[in-house]
Amino acid sequence: MKGALLASATALTVAMSSAYAADIKPAVVYDQAGKFDKSFNEGVYNGITQYTEDTGIKIRESEPKNEAQVEQNLRRLAKRGYSPIVAVGFTMTSAVQKVAQDFPDVHFTIIDSVVELDNVQSIVFKEHQGSFLVGALAAMASETDTVGFIGGMDIPLIRKFGCGYEQGVKYVTPNATVIQNMTGSTGAAFNDPTKGSELAKSQFSQGADVVFAAAGGTGIGVYQAAKDEGKLAIGVDSNQNHVQPGTMLTSMVKRVDAAAYKVFEEAQNDTWQPGIEVLGLADGGVDWALDEHNQALISDEMKASMADIKAKIISGEISVHDYMSDSSCQY
Amino acid sequence: MSQAKVPVWVNVGLIPLFNIMLALLASALVFLAIGENPIEAAGYLLYGAFGYDEGIGYTLYYATNLIFTGLAVSVAFKAGLFNIGGEGQAYIGGLGVGLVCLWFDSSLPLLLIAPLAIIGGALFGAAWAYIPAYLQARRGSHIVITTIMFNFIASSLMVYLMVNWLKQEGLMSPISRTFEESAWLPYLHDLLAPLGIDMGDSPLNLAFILALLCCVFYWALVWHTRWGYQLRTVGTNPTAAQYAGIDNAKVTIWVMLISGALAGLVGVNEIMGVNHSLLLNFTAGYGFAGIAVALMGRNHPVGIILAAMLFGALYQGGGELAFEIPTITPEIVVVIQGLVILFSGALENMFKGKIEAFFLRRAAA
Repeated sequence: MKGALLASATALTVAMSSAYAADIKPAVVYDQAGKFDKSFNEGVYNGITQYTEDTGIKIRESEPKNEAQVEQNLRRLAKRGYSPIVAVGFTMTSAVQKVAQDFPDVHFTIIDSVVELDNVQSIVFKEHQGSFLVGALAAMASETDTVGFIGGMDIPLIRKFGCGYEQGVKYVTPNATVIQNMTGSTGAAFNDPTKGSELAKSQFSQGADVVFAAAGGTGIGVYQAAKDEGKLAIGVDSNQNHVQPGTMLTSMVKRVDAAAYKVFEEAQNDTWQPGIEVLGLADGGVDWALDEHNQALISDEMKASMADIKAKIISGEISVHDYMSDSSCQY
Repeated sequence: MSQAKVPVWVNVGLIPLFNIMLALLASALVFLAIGENPIEAAGYLLYGAFGYDEGIGYTLYYATNLIFTGLAVSVAFKAGLFNIGGEGQAYIGGLGVGLVCLWFDSSLPLLLIAPLAIIGGALFGAAWAYIPAYLQARRGSHIVITTIMFNFIASSLMVYLMVNWLKQEGLMSPISRTFEESAWLPYLHDLLAPLGIDMGDSPLNLAFILALLCCVFYWALVWHTRWGYQLRTVGTNPTAAQYAGIDNAKVTIWVMLISGALAGLVGVNEIMGVNHSLLLNFTAGYGFAGIAVALMGRNHPVGIILAAMLFGALYQGGGELAFEIPTITPEIVVVIQGLVILFSGALENMFKGKIEAFFLRRAAA
């Protein structure tokens, strides 16, 4: 029995490797939220689905469920000759570090974190810039001069969103109040719509009339609460304007899909480079979303000042403080 | 019935095996329903768990965690206490291990750090279990409720400490600096390599031996000490225990301290053995899986080792399965684990009577 198993396993591997032999063998490892998290991982999934549609190159996907499996799966993919291997999310930093050292010929790309090795490309985003923009828009739309922020898990990355947002709000309305809440302290905080809704309602009762949720799946509850109470909400990561049309003021989009697509494109054209790539407003890595679902909420005046602020951030006239640079939000 | 006895191997071997087979059969139906070949899937599962050196290493590595938490749940169960807080105790135990390693890794050799870290993990885990134990023993707050709540508090505390104090500067993820190599528990494949035994590259480390030692400790403590007798008496009949002059409250507190200490040792495997730095969510549900392991292992160390190996094999083989067949998502693997628990835990007595009756009749004939 065991022999037969081994044989079938080997046969499978051989069959798969020969199918891609002439091309690149790309792979993706999602983080523990899984690929259908409606937000970050799903962004990558959308990017690679598009890539497979465009090129016909299949991408090997893997969804590890704990720390040990992350490293194990990265190692397995590397051993079988997959390259580039895209690791999605900061939780994989130490695993990528270890595996990349052991497989110097395999190319790795990590999204949302930095690993400084010769065969690793690190893609990080300037979330603070995008958050600043939507913060400015929130302040313009707010009538009570009180706006809310709801984060997912209380980690530096999410504080970075909150800090940028607060700066954007204060840039437009210096004496505005920003109420900030985090959903929780475990990964489950990114998938808790009920609590998101409770937090949003609490913020509304304190006078907030626009609320920005940087909380993955938790945001769904926030948007629902905003709709129920006739307030405004701001989406995150993917363009979520369509989730509650008329309620969604905008979305802070983080183009992980485009980033993932680009990695594979570069690998295919043999232009993949190791090093740190920081995607901000200037290169479209982050932005605010304007489409048919929210254009009724955005006046021409708002549009003009948003374009102005965006240009100023890109030119450096407005410098947005990054929470990660000194682990504090003093600006 | 009174004379004829069912052979021991039927109860400890045949019936559990039969139940597991049933669970796998039910899983096969699930695979058929999603259009996958169950034989092929079972093949990957077995091959992943036991088919090659590295796979075996991973199976035993998962089993290490589950032995610790299984023993923790089981020892409390001996006193009639349901400790649901293994998860939180393991988490805080890991903190203890991590702090010892961060503190001493550049000044002490491994021979001194290892025992200190083990003591640190056990102490922190025990301390975390002490409060619910005290509340149960002296204030009558139910241990199930308080230990569950302490899991959440542990998780919040860890996030607070990691994000605000222990995080390495300039890193996106809340993770401490990597320990110096003097604070790394040796991998078994490194230890066995000089002896010419090739184990493949797995995270299996010395903590596995520690887990086995804990099983011996458990066995001696529960069945071969006066205190163990008190413990079992309290668990069987608290009123009688009190009548016999046993201080129930004291036994409750002490057994929870031991339970918490055992759970805390998960940190030795995860933090010192594998991750070599302090990080979030390393417990990954082992505390809860420990409950199933203790129940399946019938609160006996040998049973717990076997049940831990079974669950370890399901984790590792399941990971392999989800990796090899992309249509099988990790959630399906959880379904298989659930079915195993259902058939060998909840439905344990479904066939027990019939099988026993068969052997009784044969013995009588």
